[in-house]
Amino acid sequence: MNRREGEGCPRRNADAAQDGDGNSSSPVIAAFKVFQQELDTKHDKHERLVKISRDVTIESKRSIFLLHRVTSVPNADDILKEAEVKLDSVRQKIGQIAEELRGEDIFQFHRAFTPGIQEYVEAVSFLHYIRNRSLISLEEINARLVFMTGEKDLAEAPQTGGQVLTFQVTPSDYLLGVADLTGELMRMCISSVGNGDIDTPFQLSQFLRQIHDGFSYIGNTGPYEVSKKLHTLRQSLGKVEDACYALRVRGSEIPKHMLADVFSSRTTLLDPEEGVV
Amino acid sequence: MSVTEMFSSIQGFLSADQDVREDIRKVVQTLEQTGREILTVLQSVHQPSGFKEIPSKCARARELFCTVRTQLGELKTKFPVEQYYRFHEHWRFVLQRLAFLAAFVVYLETETLVVRVEVAQILGIEVVREKGFHLDVEDYLAGVLIMASELSRLAVNSVTAGDYTRPLRISNFINELDSGFRLLNLKNDPLRKRYDGLKYDVKKIEEVVYDLSIRGLAKDQ
Repeated sequence: MNRREGEGCPRRNADAAQDGDGNSSSPVIAAFKVFQQELDTKHDKHERLVKISRDVTIESKRSIFLLHRVTSVPNADDILKEAEVKLDSVRQKIGQIAEELRGEDIFQFHRAFTPGIQEYVEAVSFLHYIRNRSLISLEEINARLVFMTGEKDLAEAPQTGGQVLTFQVTPSDYLLGVADLTGELMRMCISSVGNGDIDTPFQLSQFLRQIHDGFSYIGNTGPYEVSKKLHTLRQSLGKVEDACYALRVRGSEIPKHMLADVFSSRTTLLDPEEGVV
Repeated sequence: MSVTEMFSSIQGFLSADQDVREDIRKVVQTLEQTGREILTVLQSVHQPSGFKEIPSKCARARELFCTVRTQLGELKTKFPVEQYYRFHEHWRFVLQRLAFLAAFVVYLETETLVVRVEVAQILGIEVVREKGFHLDVEDYLAGVLIMASELSRLAVNSVTAGDYTRPLRISNFINELDSGFRLLNLKNDPLRKRYDGLKYDVKKIEEVVYDLSIRGLAKDQ
């Protein structure tokens, strides 16, 4: 018995050692070595994309916070310029994503970077709204995501057919980003009331209603997340409409400097628990 | 561009997308049907009488793979080739089943692990993404893992049918497969979950081999 075990063990060890170094004797092991490489390459790329996407998310969120300050300062131009600079750096990062995806199927890695892209759409459309009071189109977003590759790639440029690299935001990412935008617009509406701005809430409610109609038009043909966000959108719209209602009804009675008080109490009543998505 | 225009253009995109998905689903359904037929043919090897008929069953399965090839050929025409991963979910399951069936046929014929190129040939598709509709490496591996559990069943049934040497061969094969899979660094994904089941198949076959050896049945032939 003992001897048997003694015999068994070295054989096992020998097997293990064989597995450890690249033994070409077994075609199965050799094949799996190739799979290992292939999978590792793929996972590494995925991880890198997740990392970049997180950076894009953080920077975009910061630009949104920055843009919220627009309502409370007298001259908004500086803030808008600063936001533009921030978003430029975000675009640089998206350029890195495009670089990683060169020659790949973008949908294979889509899940890795979709949160970042949605956040970017949210930020860039928020800025666009503040500037132009209109909805940025998907084409406009994509038009700004064209990158020139660096000099180091110039040598191989002829093979790839040019140094221009583009990144295409997918329509569903765009939709989800726009859905998030409505939450920001709701916040902007409430805070602008707080600053005694009477016109903005009405503009916003009209704009939000258009977006809401658009989403209702799409309904459930869109991806699953869209119908989830539609619910939040309804709540945001409700809040903005209520704000406009209050302004209309009581705006004429209450002196302007007291409006802020009316709203701060109203909004806390309206949403005790939920934040902006 | 007004908000309404924007949304209607996106709506157009979304409904076009849904049409493509609908087309794909139809073809995938026929593929699943053929897959089930092949499985039924191969299932009969578990019958005591089926062990003698393995070559003829395999030949029959290979005939059915011709249908698979034409159906996969049809699937290829349903969407732009560079958007493979956009619709991947629709055929992922069936492609794994087909990879399993191809691997099982090849195992029954030659008792070796099918290589990816061969699976791709049997299914009439490509190996590398750049060349068109291809077999994703994870789908191939998932198919191989399904085969492992089928083989553990086969080991049990071959003993019942009086074939005492087959379990030993299966055991060697599965052990090799297991050490192959141990080379991979799997993430916490469906493939990993399926791989976690492999050790039970290994254990099952080892038990069968154990039962045979203590009774001296394994050395008979």
